[in-house]
Amino acid sequence: MSDDTLLSARDLSLSFGTLRALDGVDVDLWPGEVLAIVGESGSGKSTLLNVLAGRLTPDQGHVFYRDPDGHLADLHAMSAPALRALHRSDWGFVQQDARAALRMGVSAGGNVGERLMAKGARHYGEIRAEAARWLEMVEIDPGRIDDLPRIFSGGMLQRLQIAATLVTHPRLVFMDEPTGGLDVSVQARLLDLIRRLVGQLGLAVVLVTHDIAVARLLAQRIMVMQRGRVVEAGLTDQVLDDPAHPYTQLLVSSVLQA
Amino acid sequence: MAYVAVKGGEKAIDAAHAWLAVERRGDPALPALDLAQIEAQLGRAVDRVMAEGALYDRRLAALAIRQAQGDLVEAAFLLRAFRTTLPRFLASLPLETSAMAIRRRVSAVFKDLPGGQMLGPTTDYTHRLLDFALADPAAALPPAPPEAVPDAARMPRVHDMLGQDGLIEGDGPPTGDEPADLTRQPVSFPASRDLRLQALARGDEGFLLAMGYSTQRGYGGTHPFAGEIRLGEVAVEIAPPELGFAIDIGEITVTECQMVNQFKGSKTVPAQFTRGYGLVFGHNERKAMAMALVDRALRAEELGEEVTAPAQNAEFVLYHCDNVEATGFVEHLKLPHYVDFQSELEAIRRLRATAAAASAEEVVA
Amino acid sequence: MSEGYNFAYLDEQTKRMIRRALLKAVAVPGHQIPFGAREMPLPYGWGTGGIQVTAAILGQSDTLKVIDQGADDTTNAVSIRRFFARTAGVATTTETARASVIQTRHRIPETTLRADQIIVYQVPQPEPLWRLEPSRAACRTMHALAEYGLMHVKLYEDIARYGQVAISYDYPVMVNDRHLMAPSPIPAFDNPKMDRMPALQLFGAGREKRIYAIPPYTSVRSLDFADHPFRPHRAPHACTLCGSRDSYLDEVLTDDRGGRIFVCSDTDYCATRQRKDAA
Repeated sequence: MSDDTLLSARDLSLSFGTLRALDGVDVDLWPGEVLAIVGESGSGKSTLLNVLAGRLTPDQGHVFYRDPDGHLADLHAMSAPALRALHRSDWGFVQQDARAALRMGVSAGGNVGERLMAKGARHYGEIRAEAARWLEMVEIDPGRIDDLPRIFSGGMLQRLQIAATLVTHPRLVFMDEPTGGLDVSVQARLLDLIRRLVGQLGLAVVLVTHDIAVARLLAQRIMVMQRGRVVEAGLTDQVLDDPAHPYTQLLVSSVLQA
Repeated sequence: MAYVAVKGGEKAIDAAHAWLAVERRGDPALPALDLAQIEAQLGRAVDRVMAEGALYDRRLAALAIRQAQGDLVEAAFLLRAFRTTLPRFLASLPLETSAMAIRRRVSAVFKDLPGGQMLGPTTDYTHRLLDFALADPAAALPPAPPEAVPDAARMPRVHDMLGQDGLIEGDGPPTGDEPADLTRQPVSFPASRDLRLQALARGDEGFLLAMGYSTQRGYGGTHPFAGEIRLGEVAVEIAPPELGFAIDIGEITVTECQMVNQFKGSKTVPAQFTRGYGLVFGHNERKAMAMALVDRALRAEELGEEVTAPAQNAEFVLYHCDNVEATGFVEHLKLPHYVDFQSELEAIRRLRATAAAASAEEVVA
Repeated sequence: MSEGYNFAYLDEQTKRMIRRALLKAVAVPGHQIPFGAREMPLPYGWGTGGIQVTAAILGQSDTLKVIDQGADDTTNAVSIRRFFARTAGVATTTETARASVIQTRHRIPETTLRADQIIVYQVPQPEPLWRLEPSRAACRTMHALAEYGLMHVKLYEDIARYGQVAISYDYPVMVNDRHLMAPSPIPAFDNPKMDRMPALQLFGAGREKRIYAIPPYTSVRSLDFADHPFRPHRAPHACTLCGSRDSYLDEVLTDDRGGRIFVCSDTDYCATRQRKDAA
């Protein structure tokens, strides 16, 4: 790995019983870069995301993360408190099901403020102002700051989850099918928003999606996975315009036909 | 002034206890119940109090029932408070229920089996019609039932028979570890199975019944079959380390239930039946069966099943199955809470004052 | 004293086990220590935790005071005081200043406690996070990682909704800047008394089988926000009996037409003031 990668993984392998979910996978991610991991369900892409985020431990291989001071840390050798601290501040995780990620009985403002308070913010007025600012950033009317997410639409919930994740200015965000399960028009708006925020904040993102179009819109680089292996990787446009591997060709052509 | 506060607490308590003693005794024209009668004629109540009081002593259980005026949860509490003062010497050896002196043994999974089905003293097939003849204490003694000579050796446990073909999970090798004891060490999670079984065996019959029932209605279903229920007397043995061999210290009555539950198998284990286990002091099939259902439901995580229902949630079940804990905490609500209530009163008044001020401003604006 | 029972009811092995838990608790202020709570002859929820702690620390020369709602004469306080008078034969008192051990439910005496006194709180629910996270296993992890953002979310929600924190008793505190702790259901008014108190504070939860402690002179901070500081509240009245404007008051209804008076909840404090006035 080079000196300036943010996240590097080498030779990751993980099996569930007889199923090889990951088989010798390498990953490199540079600061401010969006990397898409694509593949069909069962290809191992979500498992890879969870291993990269320290939520699953691989049978073999290592994941290294460079902290803001430039030190490299082996994720799976870190203590649980250190890893949790990373998840609370330097990292973010956006999952497909916003309802599972948010507190549905807590107001929109409280949801956005939680990460700030977890980091030690103790000024109500400032927390509230920051929450209102972030609601605006994700195109939610700040007047709804005291509303419960229960009454929000699917697209609003996902935008609220993004605000609640980005409010502490993480450097690295993991996204697991962030637009999955939404209507096409809602998806388009959300993708626009994500692209804008990622650019504005200079975020590094590891994005898992089964949707080639989402990868093309957001990611500079792409990895194509099949049965736990990376079959093709490179710049997104190159890989998608001129796929070398038959599986990638199949994925791309199935989108074009659709 | 109407302010009398609560002076005189001591006198009030003494007077309350005196009144209670009179109520307990009831009409002095009637003879007092004697403990032998309670033991002999209210045997199922005695069994329940021993199980939930976690102390096998029929005479003390009868005393507790009398002292509690027949309130069985209160009687179990009395027994528990006595039990806690007793020294704890040893854990017994595992009860050998296959060597039980059987009075009743039924299996719902085989029509006939070695040793046969034996109904024993069951209410199962009685019609629940009030028997007015029983109202007369001088009624003639019931005729003796036909003699049955059960032979434990001819009644192998259904599970051992299924186990020979590997169709059901085995007991596993004995660990040799001292079993957990929640009366000495507080429950912690994840809770081992021995600890869970201890909690269930002491647990409230009504709670276990409702939890077991909920698994049958889809909240954590376990596809159960009553593999075998047996009732009878078993020997209790201890092996004091200074002796180096086991000695028999007496006999207790227990009800044992082994549930057979469906299991689809996993990547590493081929499909086989799994088990839920219930064992209760005395004659109490309702509780033994419910316990077996809940025990199996609590194994969901171990068996790779999704944990979604209350009966599968070990924290939920174990923290709430004990009726002595539950009744104490529910009933503590009748203790004075004036201080907390006063602080709530003040808080509500403040909130209302704030709201009233805000709406007044709106009106002015 | 009762025949057939050990001094202060519990056997010495059990007392040792409880004292070991107390030592751990003192060593890690505000941290809940699991202990093998015994089944007591009083019901769970009625002070079994406090009674076990008191039994474990009581010596023959101690003088015991027991209060419930601040009063020595409420029935449960009488019942517990009698229990120890019967099983330990120790001297009992209603005077705060004369007691060496004070067992309490729901109040801290108004009279400042000294370094040679111990206060034992009865605790129904030792876990401060339980309303937000019912799983005690999950709560334990949150304590281990000092992840208390969730509790601040609750305070944030109160302020957003009511303009102020709406917790009036059992108001959560941060002990020694490390552990979030339930102060037991004392009114929030009493919270400031816990901060740097010279007396040792012990907490016993029998049903939940937890012990915790605050060593003398330890920092105890009620959770709040910089711009919404914690404020202890009391009824804005003077005590009808002693005239105190500083003590915590109980409201007593005097008729069914809205008549009411306010009197000190701490009966010893009130009686002492009345005696002084009479003198």
